[in-house]
Amino acid sequence: MAATPMNQLSALVNNMFATGLLDEQFQQLQMLQDASAPDFVSEVVTLFCDDGERIIGELTKLLEKSSVDFDRVDAFVHQLKGSSASVGAQKVKNTCIQFREFCQQKSRDGCLKTLDSVRTEFYDLRSKFQTLLQLERQIQGFYPK
Amino acid sequence: MAVATETPFHVLAVDDSLPDRKLIERLLKTSSFQVTTVDSGSKALQFLGLHDEDSPVSVHADQLDVAVNLIITDYCMPGMTGYDLLKKIKESSFLRDIPVVIMSSENIPSRINRCLEEGADEFFLKPVRLSDMSKLKPHILKSRCKEHNHQEQHQQSDSNSSESSNPTNNSSGDSSNSRKRKAADDEILPQTIRLRHS
Repeated sequence: MAATPMNQLSALVNNMFATGLLDEQFQQLQMLQDASAPDFVSEVVTLFCDDGERIIGELTKLLEKSSVDFDRVDAFVHQLKGSSASVGAQKVKNTCIQFREFCQQKSRDGCLKTLDSVRTEFYDLRSKFQTLLQLERQIQGFYPK
Repeated sequence: MAVATETPFHVLAVDDSLPDRKLIERLLKTSSFQVTTVDSGSKALQFLGLHDEDSPVSVHADQLDVAVNLIITDYCMPGMTGYDLLKKIKESSFLRDIPVVIMSSENIPSRINRCLEEGADEFFLKPVRLSDMSKLKPHILKSRCKEHNHQEQHQQSDSNSSESSNPTNNSSGDSSNSRKRKAADDEILPQTIRLRHS
């Protein structure tokens, strides 16, 4: 099978579904993209990535403090959980659920460990999203609407 | 053959999360709604023409530049929650008939019941999907029928002191009611036509 951008895109997206990185909510996003909103997926994904980066930064700062405000940490994790659910970022969303448990328990160690997991997963997802969007742009370049 | 142009229903969407706002906006537009999004409850109230102090004298229906047919709001927001916003809307004599839908990522039965008891028409679990959009129009149509009936009742009865005690407010209320009634008459018919053909 030729490694055309379209084939590469399919393979990437299928892989992201197969590995549990994405769930069916992402398909909802794809369904919402059409000629009247040709960049919808790209726009939402970009907003999610920017939002996620911001939240992870805040979480890092909050957990560096000697006395941790777990309510504030929980509020930020709740935000990230919400936006990851909205774009279908299943793995990140599930890690956020775990994260909130550690917040309830007021466990600094638990929170720090989970923050590391969220960070790793988020950056992995983001880099795959960036590849996905690049491929989409290439394809749109071949078939201008 | 002339095609009747129907004004699309206008939904005000309230959510502090930017990706979520983008999503709800697209879901609503795909379902042929006109959409305004705001990022907080207080901005929603500003848009609806309701001031925070909630002084009845300053509330005029003609402050609403565009009629809002439904409000859909996230529950968890900093400052004013979706529940607080719902309460303010239901406490307002000229906003209370606008259907309100609450969205939440958390499935907490006591939260859901609280919202429904306060007058929310529907509760959506996030992430909101395309299939949820079909639940919105029935609430809009139901509230428009209710409003239409209210206009008829006000026409028939002379005394209308249920809405407010301020005489100034009553007269402006009447003129806005008659404007709304005219609008309701004009718009209810095309919608029923739409129903028959869909």
